[in-house]
Formats: sequence, structure tokens, C-alpha cells
Amino acid sequence: MDYGLDTKSTRLKTFNTIFIITWLLIACFPFIWTFWGSFKVRADFFSRSDWWYAISAFNTLIETGGQFTTNAYTQAWTEGEFWKASKNTIIVTVFVVSISLFLGTLGAYALSRSTEKYAFWILMAALIFRAMPHITLVSGYLFPFFELQIWGILPTTIVVLVAINQPFTLWLLYSFFKTVPKELDESALIDGCSYFQAFRHIIMPVMWPGVITAGLFSLMLAYNDFTVTALLLNQENHTMVPKIQSYLGTNQHEGNLMWAVSAVVSATAPLFMLVMFFQRQVISGLTAGAVKG
Amino acid sequence: MPNKTFFWFFLPTGLAMILFIGLPIISTGIQSFYAQHDQVVKEVKKCDPFGCTVSIVVDNEETSKIREAKPLGKFNGFGTYTDRNHLAVDEIKKFWNETENFGAFVDQVTNLPFYKALIFTLTYCLFVTPNVLLLGFIIALSLNAVARKIRGPLIFGTILPMIVTPLVGSLVLFWMIDSQGIIGANIQNLMNDPYLSLKSSKTLTWITIIIYGIWHHSPFAFVVFYAALQTVPQEPIEAAIIDGASRFQRIKHIVLPHIYPVVTFVALISLMDNFRVFEPIIGFSAEGSAQSLSWLIYDNLVNEEVILFGSAAATSMMTIIGIAILLAPVLIRTWKEFKTAR
Amino acid sequence: MRKILVTLLFLLFGTSAFADCNIKSGSINILANDFPALRTFVETSKQCKGSADFKVTHSSEHNKIAVPALTANPSEFSARIAANSSIVPLMNQDLIRPLDDLVKKYGKGIQDSQLITIDGKVMAVAFMANTQHLYYREDVLKDLGIAIPKTYEEVVAASEKIRASGKMQYPYAAAYKAGWNLAEEFVNMFIGHGGEFFKSGSAEPNINNAKGVATLNMLKKLSELSNPDYLTHDSEAIKVEWESGNVALMTLWASRSGTLLDDEGDPNITKATKLTGPATVGGGNIPAATLWWDGFTLAKNRPDADAEATFRALAHAASNKKMVADAADQAVWLVEGFVPGPKSIGVIEAVKMGAKPYPMLPQMGLMHGALGSEIVEFLQGKESAEQALKDVEAAYISKAKEQGFL
Repeated sequence: MDYGLDTKSTRLKTFNTIFIITWLLIACFPFIWTFWGSFKVRADFFSRSDWWYAISAFNTLIETGGQFTTNAYTQAWTEGEFWKASKNTIIVTVFVVSISLFLGTLGAYALSRSTEKYAFWILMAALIFRAMPHITLVSGYLFPFFELQIWGILPTTIVVLVAINQPFTLWLLYSFFKTVPKELDESALIDGCSYFQAFRHIIMPVMWPGVITAGLFSLMLAYNDFTVTALLLNQENHTMVPKIQSYLGTNQHEGNLMWAVSAVVSATAPLFMLVMFFQRQVISGLTAGAVKG
Repeated sequence: MPNKTFFWFFLPTGLAMILFIGLPIISTGIQSFYAQHDQVVKEVKKCDPFGCTVSIVVDNEETSKIREAKPLGKFNGFGTYTDRNHLAVDEIKKFWNETENFGAFVDQVTNLPFYKALIFTLTYCLFVTPNVLLLGFIIALSLNAVARKIRGPLIFGTILPMIVTPLVGSLVLFWMIDSQGIIGANIQNLMNDPYLSLKSSKTLTWITIIIYGIWHHSPFAFVVFYAALQTVPQEPIEAAIIDGASRFQRIKHIVLPHIYPVVTFVALISLMDNFRVFEPIIGFSAEGSAQSLSWLIYDNLVNEEVILFGSAAATSMMTIIGIAILLAPVLIRTWKEFKTAR
Repeated sequence: MRKILVTLLFLLFGTSAFADCNIKSGSINILANDFPALRTFVETSKQCKGSADFKVTHSSEHNKIAVPALTANPSEFSARIAANSSIVPLMNQDLIRPLDDLVKKYGKGIQDSQLITIDGKVMAVAFMANTQHLYYREDVLKDLGIAIPKTYEEVVAASEKIRASGKMQYPYAAAYKAGWNLAEEFVNMFIGHGGEFFKSGSAEPNINNAKGVATLNMLKKLSELSNPDYLTHDSEAIKVEWESGNVALMTLWASRSGTLLDDEGDPNITKATKLTGPATVGGGNIPAATLWWDGFTLAKNRPDADAEATFRALAHAASNKKMVADAADQAVWLVEGFVPGPKSIGVIEAVKMGAKPYPMLPQMGLMHGALGSEIVEFLQGKESAEQALKDVEAAYISKAKEQGFL
């Protein structure tokens, strides 16, 4: 499994360990800080007098009588109706990921196995499509959606997120299918399989690293998108991110910053599970592919 | 693959893209050539809880007559593209004729909103993209060498910068880099300058945004590279080890060529995303020191009461063209490969 | 936090006196910004929905959604809660309906002063007011023997004195974040100088003059007395600066006074936090501030039955004495029966001093946008005041031409 490193070289091993630890510190520190701070009151976590307050819990002690408080969590989930937003997010995410992958794998497989000129131009068009800033696209959708009376509902947002993400999914999967040798499915075609059968039995077992990766990115988009969800959903259907935005308050009116912080921490927990699942699949996909290949 | 099979495989995704991206791009393109009709205004008396004034309103009867005759608006050609808030063709000509030396000319031009934004956008792309690729690849190699058992949590930690909602991620970071925040205060200590503030100077703001960009985007490159490393076949590597190839040689001659399509992909996407940089500017409240093309679009569409769709459409079209130019070298290579693959 | 809970309890139990306005048909769908006072208002109107269908969308993106939503026919929303500035695009596109008949028929409790009339027609009904005004630290001013500043010149002098005393390095704060906030400060100061943004009766800009230069110079003087990060400071940031005791004089929204005076945070600072009216500038007699109202408007592209139901529900809230008594802390209500508390001093003073409302002009948004980005470089010391104002006018003219105003 080791490409860059020889297990025997201890010096490299040490270097590698130090590098990973440093990187993880840089990568995780803001989140760990957020996680820690989510159990404090606003005056401590967002203090401009001294950052040490977030550690010593100066105001948390005064206001709640303890070092830690879970007020932000309980309030965001009950009063803040974060549960409703979570429910909507789950619906949106599940549909966006499955539809994106379904459309994407078919399209990308076709593109990677086509030798016609138009395949290249389709890829170029997809790239140009992706270059369009989302905010302009969504502004363009608003009026037609209102006119057709499909604004505000979840299916509209799901379809839009799938479509907006297609160029990326196509390109990603296309690049992965390119790393799968053509001989694999060509031999199946010679054996009398149809293209769909070849796709089903030869490609699908080996495509998991790519598909899981594409799935992860679709998931991130559906999970974290603000532009589309904030503009295309009505209040009943708001997903987590517009909900968090509504906790931040406006220019003229105070928000509940700690609700937003605790909401973000809560929203990250399910992703932890998903990433664990993802990384196991990437590796098991490899073994499955190796056996069949 | 025969055309007919291709068609059926591609139909669903193609349809989704044409309907939701292709058509809007065409309509945006058309709208960028139109301006609003002349607004007929009249003076009327307006009263609110605080008193009455006489001032102008749009005369809706008159204006709607004009609007009905031509719903798209007034044809403006490249008028919006060349006006002062975009390419500023007339202003640049004027500066060229009026200024005495080249330095003064550049000063004048970079004072124009579009060019100011373009310079920041390009600087950001230039610094962020290569670093993201490099860092992402190194992390992928490095994590790939770690025992499989602990990889899960490590991968999660690595991609955290990408998965925390930018909305709040940047809010927290913004607070951390405040001169009283944990990072800002410690940098002050480190630099021994009690008045140092990352937010007050333009240079420091740019550096902060660029570092944030690298931090935020590296996980993307990492995830793709890591997945691609899993598809590298074992046999050639083992053969190379037996042949005595060094680690570096193995990466260069076996790993990189194998994952080459994926590297191209990451480069394309990073370059494109960085060219559309926008979120950190809002997140770090950096509008004063750093503006990007996407920020200009956002400004036209969101920040003002009157939505400037023509302006936003023109800037969007120019963003697409800019990205096409930036990606051209990679695309030409892809084309050549495509032809040889045929 | 406790305050929010108390308010919510009020909302829950205060509604026991259920008021039914006997609405029998129609459907109500409201688009509004997202903050507590508006939520209270909408909740109150919901009490009297009767058998009508009732929906609401509170969204921070309401400005962006409003125009396309109301342009569609039928419109998604039957009502839109707007302010001086956000009513303008709706007027420009002719998307809201006159309310005269409905006010006559169902607007019994609404005061005349609440009606927004344009060209003699009622276009909106206002229910709350807001402005930016001065906050000061009584203890700091007393210690140094400084009188409460009445003008921005006095604010500058007081801040300099505080800085010289070594108590605070950056004693003044205002929301100078580049963009909308900074432009709003310019608008306030320019109006305080007696400036008119446009040549009378037209959309020609009129800011590149002595008043404009004086405005910019005053902003610059104040910015030098503020934290060097001032270009990134919005209302939230300066509020925290205040609560951390870094600031002694501040210009902030009246609607944010609630959290500065509540029992969270350092009790010594809270005790010493005092409110006063907005300051004047340059020897002018009107304050350098703008007054804002929030009110409701009804969509034109919606059946009359819906408009009627919506109006009755919203009018119920806009004339609800119980609501303004229960939620007196949340806003400065314009509704009859509101007893202004200590938190409303700023707005009441501003009105007394004859402050002007934010200009309700079709092209004002374009000017506001141009100001927000083009005066930054002057404050950073990179260009002259005249050049900055020239840039603002040029940026405005391009936008106004595209929109057909010039």
C-alpha cells in the first residue's frame, strides 16, 4: 500500500508523522476551538477584551454558574427549530446525492468511452457551464419559478442542486473512468455484453473510489450550499444553512450567535460518520476491483 | 461507443444541464446587451410618520407603456460591458492621454472597480491554485502511508476545513484573527507589535485571505488525490521497487502518470473555483481591501435595493470568458490527448 | 437569553385572549426580514387569521426574493414587510397596491401617522421606527469632566480628550464596514450637513461639492479615533467592542440598544451605558441621522380577497395595543398605546430634533451602493476627498444609465 514511503526508513516515517500532526493541527484547530466555545456563553467565545475568556469561562461562570453550558444547543434545537431544518437537509442531501450520482455515472461513463469529437465539446461545455457564478444562475431562476409556482418547495431545490453540480460530477467521474483501462469493458463487449451490461458488471465494481468521492462532494454541496437554498426555499422548507444564517441576526437587530455556533457543531457530527464510511468504501472498492480485474 | 448508446447514457444529465445552466447562460448573455428603459419620473408629495416631502417617483403609467412595447429593455450593445463600472474603455483612453508617466496611468486604471477586482482575483488564483495542488498531493501521499486503522479519523480531520459551513467557519476565524482573538493576539506577541492587526492593512488582508484559501481548498485536492491513489495498480510499483527505483522516481514515473487525468481535473476545478473567489471576502468583511469579480456580481445583485441585472450579467459573462482564457492551456492539452486517444 | 425566553412566554400565554377578526376566506402569505420584532408582529397578525390560509417566510434574503416574487402573477406573497429603502424597488416596478379602500374599511385602530402616502395614495402602513444615535459611557465622561456631546465636533473633541487621558486608545466606534454600513454613515453625515443627494427633480448626482467634502473629512476624523479595523466593523462588532469596555462614544442603531442594557455582560459597563439623541454636524440644526420605518405593503398581483384577508390580519397587529405593551422592549413601535421606555430615547430624541427620513427615492439604492465602495480609498488615505466624490458620481452615473434614470 505504500507508494511514497518505504516502511523501513524510520527517518521518513518520523518526518511523515510530524507532517501529518502539524497539518491536522492547522486543519482542525478552528473547529476544535468552535467545539470548545460552543459550550460557553457569547461574551466569552466572541470576546473582544481577551481571548483567554473562552478558556477560563469568565462570563459563563457569572451567567450560568458553571464552566460549561449546553444552553446554546438546547435552545437552537427547540426554540430555534433546528430539528426542522435538519429534517429538510436530510431529505435534500439524500436525493441530491443519489440523483447526482445516478445521472453522473451514466453520463461520465458514456463520455469516457466515446471517441467522437462531440464528447470533447460536451466536456468543454460542461466546464463553461460550471464557470457561471451560482448567484447569477439563481437570480435568473427566481422569476420563472415564481411564475410556475414551484418556488419554495424541496423538489425544485433538489433538481437545481443536482443540475448545478452535474458539470463537476461529470468531470470528476470522467477523470476516474479514464483511469479504468478500456480493455476491461471492451473484452466484455466482445463476449457479447451490451454497453449497459458491461457498465453494470465490469465498471460498477471498480468505480467506487470515484463514485464515493463524487458522492462526498455532492453531499458537501447539498449540505453546505447557501445561495440556492436561501433563495429558493420558503421558511417551512429552509435547510440548515439558511437557518443558521437566520441565527446570525441582521445589521440592525441582534442575532443568537451561539445558536449558530452550536448548530454548526451539531451539523458536523453526522458528517463524521459519513466520512468514516466513505474511507472504508474507497479502500474496499479497490480490493473488489482487484479481484474482478 | 455508438452514437445511439451514447445518447441514452447521456440524455438525463444533458437535459438537466441544458435546462438549468445552458438556457440561463443564454438568457444572461442576452440580458447583458440590454439596459432598462428610460424611467419617466414625476415629482409627488410623500408622507411618512416623520413628515412630508416632495420628491420624485417613477411614473408607472408612462413607464409601463414603454415597457410593454419592448419587454427586454433598451438595446445597449456592448454599452454595459464598456461602461465605467466594467471595462471602462473611455476612461482608460482618457487616462492614457492625460497621465504623464506609466505609473500614474496604472494607478488610475487600478482605481476602477473592475480592474481592482481583476487584480485581486488573479493574485488569489496565482497563489492559491499551485499551493492547493501541492499540499493536497503531499497530504494524500502522506496519509496513504499511515496504518489503515487510524486513517478514518485522520481523513476526517483533514477535510474539516472543507466541511464546516463557510458561513460560520469564517465568522469564527474572523473572530480568531481579531487583534484580541486567539490567533491575532498571539501573532502580536510573536511579532512583538501590540498594534498589529490583520484586518487593518490591505496587504495583510490579502495574505490572510490567500492563506485561508489554501487552507480551505487543500482538502478538496486531497480527497480526489487520495481516492485516485487507491486505483494505482500494485504490480508496476513492486516491480519498480525490485528494480531499485527511488521513492521520488516511483511517484514521478508510475503514480503521477496513472492519476494524471485526475490531476488535470483538480487543476481545472481549483483554478475555476479560485477565479470565482467570493466567500472569504464576505466572511472576513474584507470588502474594503479586497474585491473580486464574483464579489462585484454579488454586489450588483444583492447589496443594492435596485437589482442591477444587466451589470451582473455582463460581469458574469466576462467571468466565464476569463475562466476560459485561464483554462485554455489545460484544455488544449486535453484536446490533444483526446485526439491521440481516438 | 432570559429575556428571549420571557418574551416567548409572553407570546405563548399572551395570546390566550384570542382575537378573531372573523376572516372567512382568502389566503395570506407574508415575506419579511428575520428579526424578533417582526416575528412578534407576524405572530400577532396570525392570531386573527380566522379560516384563512396563513403562511410566512422570514428570510435574510428577503430583498432579493421580493421583486421576482411580486412580479409573478399571481404573486407568491400577498404581503411584503418593507422599510423606507426596500419599498422603492416595489414602487419602481409598480408591484404594490394602494390601500386607501382597505384602510377606510378595516383600518380602524391604525393612526393617520402610520400611513405612508405617495401622491395621495396610501401605499404602506408603518408600525415601527429606527435610527442611529449616540451612546456614551457616563462614568468615563464624568471622570474627565466632558459634557454629553451634542455635535460631531464635540464627539471628536471628547474622543481626543479620552485618548489623551490614556483611558482608551480608540474611544469612538461606528459601523464603518465597507459597503452598505459605510455608505449609511455617509448618508447620515451628508444629510446632517444639509446636503441633497440629487439635483432637485432629477436623478443627477449632487454630492461632489463643499458639503460632500466636509462629510468625508468628518468621517475621516472619526475613523482616526476608531479601532484601525474600522472598515470591517459592522453593528455586531462595535457592539462587542462596547461591551468589552474599549469604547466610550458610539453611533449605533436604536434597535440594538436592548442587548446593551440587558443583564448580560459586565454590569459596570451596562450601568454606565447611556443613550442620547443623534449628534448634529457642521453647525447644522438637523441631526446627522436618518429615520427608518418598517411597514407592510400588499402585492398587486394577487386576488382582492387575499389582499383583504391579509390586510385585516396585518392591520390587527399594526393597531394592537397589547402587542406593543408586551413587546415594548423589542422595538420603537409606531402603534397607538406604545409607551416609550429608556431604550427608545434615541429615536424619540431624533424625531424631536427634526431628523429626516432615509430618502425614499427610486435611484437612492444606486447612490448608496456607489458610496459604499468608492469612498473607502479616501478613508485609507489613498486619494483626495474630491477624487473619491468624483469616483462615486462616476460609478453612480454608470449604474443609473443602465437602469434608465439618466
